[in-house]
Amino acid sequence: MAVDGSLVGRVFPPTRPYRVTEEKVREFAAASGLGWESGDQVPATFPIVLAFDAMNAFLDDVEVELSRIVHGEQKFSYARPIAPGDVLTTSLSVATLRQIGGNDIIGTVSAITDEAGALVCTTSATLVHRAAEVA
Amino acid sequence: MALEAGAELAPKTYPITRASLVRYAGASGDFNPIHWSDRVATAVGLPGVIAHGMFTMALVARAVAEWTDGAEVVDLGAKFTNPVVVPDDDEGTAVTVDGTVKSVDDGLVTIQLTVTSGDQKVLGMPKVTVRA
Repeated sequence: MAVDGSLVGRVFPPTRPYRVTEEKVREFAAASGLGWESGDQVPATFPIVLAFDAMNAFLDDVEVELSRIVHGEQKFSYARPIAPGDVLTTSLSVATLRQIGGNDIIGTVSAITDEAGALVCTTSATLVHRAAEVA
Repeated sequence: MALEAGAELAPKTYPITRASLVRYAGASGDFNPIHWSDRVATAVGLPGVIAHGMFTMALVARAVAEWTDGAEVVDLGAKFTNPVVVPDDDEGTAVTVDGTVKSVDDGLVTIQLTVTSGDQKVLGMPKVTVRA
């Protein structure tokens, strides 16, 4: 099943606000082997927690099976560091869609903003939706 | 370690076991079964259970944090070019992160990275910029 080309440019509804807690940051840091203490930088890949929320909602919406998705590329560009206490909202849009060898290459961009609406981080993901049958 | 252009940073090697993947799945919210089920992974044509690309990138961020004493990351990104297959045994596998300071410009330090598992590069064009 190919993903519908009309997806490009579509903006998905923003995720519900997510409050960053020290406990969650410590759990995420520990999972990547970092001892994290209050006042330390939040791990640079932490926004993936938020981006996944947005991506899962998107994949559900377009009825794509998660197990057929392989991550192709991920980038984070920070406007400012994330800190515990931040309340963040993620807005995902579909930027690009290509088909290569029966696989859909889906380019998404998620903007993560704070309670004041200021941009905190832009994170872009390329998702490879693998073809169901080998050609 | 001084962050001067050309400085080679001490390589970091981190083990990855199935337990690492389970823990990372829980912490990140990425429960894609290709990261914990051999049955599903092989059914979709993968060589076996593979590490989350984002777990590998989290280890890159860890190396950068260790090299720079927790400097603020401004940009971080990579392509996931080869899967990191994690066998279901006690040893698992490992990822090695090599870094060289490419440039220091106006307080921004760009580190060129090479990320390998076994003899294979697993990330394409991994890049990080920190404020230091």
